[in-house]
Amino acid sequence: MATIDHKAELARAGAGVSGFWGTSLHLARRYPLGAAGALLVLIFVLTALFAGYLTAFDPTTTNPRSSLARPSPEHILGADFMGRDMWSRIVYGARISLAVGIGSTVLGCFFGVFIGLMSGYFGGWLDLLTQRLMDILQALPLLVMALLMAASLGPSLTNTIIAISIPIIPNVARVIRSNTLALREMPYVEAARAVGMDEWKIAVRHVLPNTVAPLIVLATAQLGSAILTEASLSFLGLGIPEPHPSWGRMLSESAAEYVRTAPWLVVFPGIAISLAVFGTNLLGDAVRDILDPRERS
Amino acid sequence: MGAYMIRRFLLMILTLFGMSVLIFVMLRVVPGNIVDILFDSAGMVNPDDKKRLEEELGLDRPIVQQYVSWITNMMKGDLGYSYVSEKPALDEILPRIPITAKLAALALFFSVLFGVPLGVISAVRQNTGLDYVLRVISLSGLSLPSFWLGLLILMAFVQYTGWIPIYSDEPRGFWQELWLLSIPAAAVGFRASALIMRLTRSSMLEVLRQDYIRTARAKGATTRSVNYDHALRNAVLPVVTIIGIEAAFLIGGLIVTETVFNIPGVARFLVEAIRWRDYPIVQNLVMLIAVVTVVVNFLVDMAYVVLDPRIKYEG
Repeated sequence: MATIDHKAELARAGAGVSGFWGTSLHLARRYPLGAAGALLVLIFVLTALFAGYLTAFDPTTTNPRSSLARPSPEHILGADFMGRDMWSRIVYGARISLAVGIGSTVLGCFFGVFIGLMSGYFGGWLDLLTQRLMDILQALPLLVMALLMAASLGPSLTNTIIAISIPIIPNVARVIRSNTLALREMPYVEAARAVGMDEWKIAVRHVLPNTVAPLIVLATAQLGSAILTEASLSFLGLGIPEPHPSWGRMLSESAAEYVRTAPWLVVFPGIAISLAVFGTNLLGDAVRDILDPRERS
Repeated sequence: MGAYMIRRFLLMILTLFGMSVLIFVMLRVVPGNIVDILFDSAGMVNPDDKKRLEEELGLDRPIVQQYVSWITNMMKGDLGYSYVSEKPALDEILPRIPITAKLAALALFFSVLFGVPLGVISAVRQNTGLDYVLRVISLSGLSLPSFWLGLLILMAFVQYTGWIPIYSDEPRGFWQELWLLSIPAAAVGFRASALIMRLTRSSMLEVLRQDYIRTARAKGATTRSVNYDHALRNAVLPVVTIIGIEAAFLIGGLIVTETVFNIPGVARFLVEAIRWRDYPIVQNLVMLIAVVTVVVNFLVDMAYVVLDPRIKYEG
């Protein structure tokens, strides 16, 4: 278990950079794919934040006259069956996607860290019990688990976030647990115990902060798959309900029919999903290369 | 090793037991059961009728009793009746399995066919232009939703042939079926091949750093021999385990792809059953998926122990 001192590393590499922008520029040069990913993610986040400024139409207002309108100067990406502007729906869809992606990743990581830390630090029967529980949660493929949860909770934004966070928990708990097992044996933990520090305090103050690097690596990796899972759930009609503009949902309504008649309704939401996930994946890979020395090549 | 296997086997049974409880409880906390849905859609309001139907379906009994009767009947090969079609659940599920199995096998075949060689090339040519291109391709494979890829394939077919390759009637003959299945299998396999490619690459890179590779180079073995005789053989084992696990996890891609291509397999059937709250079908299908996943994992672990002499397990 080693933590990396980035400033020292950069100095040793002869980067000769300082400050936030200097470091960013250096990292961008060293990891060009990661920089491209960061840019995509930035665009994704900005789109979600400033959706109102980027669109002329309301994403949920229907207009029978522009039903299935082709892409034109008025509706640059066309309009759907109900006459809703596709550009607006895709821009506002970024909000849903980001909310579900971040919401479920944070929720899953929170419980994963809690379970992993407890199980790794305190061990014993608690560890045995949680490990079996994690086995059960991992016995189903991600989408099937999310489907089961979504079906049981019913379709809504909050429930979709919960449904997707459940399969993330065991992944996080496993990694945090194995890190904690190693950290528990560190001399500084022993020292803290020797001066009579409370076990809970040691776990939170001395062990938890050292699991942050693997956690960041894991969380960025989960973000992409959370966004993809939301799209799949909504595509199957078991995720975000109407009239919310979810990218996956946009592809579900008789998409196979629009393949013939209105291809713009199929192409654009798919591009949006793919770019968002591609960006997070590129960024995730770079973050892993930077923070996880074992994976360095 | 025998003790390890037995312990691992018992853990597997325990996991499956826990899974069955989880599935059962999850499906019972759903607000509104099939009877409510039927009554809502039919506009019936007579509470006596409702009660009689609930009794008939056994929904009025305590949940523990319902669970026990599910498990004991399952042991006897009786999976109950579908609420929707009123046919035995077994007769609904069994005929749909072969088609999904064929689709999965084809997808897996494609993913190994492309994933392993491309991963090896990417590792051997690490940090060259080719490596970058292959890495971007594999990462995009992990980023494209497989249902969208399926829709794009359909679109391309419509554009250039005016014909949609979806499964409308029972295909005639082996070749037609193979053809109809290989298009969706390619859509599912693309993602899996991207994953296999990434793992092959990192596994290969790991091995290429080992001392025995340096030794092989030092004694004058050709690059080709080092890469393929010394490195690939050792790099392939972790990949095999992933291929095994991926086989069970393909189901996620199969669910959406069967929906897009209108293939009457078990994966699409699961989604339909969930929409209809058809508990007997959903709980048995999810259980089936859990059994397949857990058993495959178990077999992969066992294969690892047998294949890799470096691994020695105590008790």
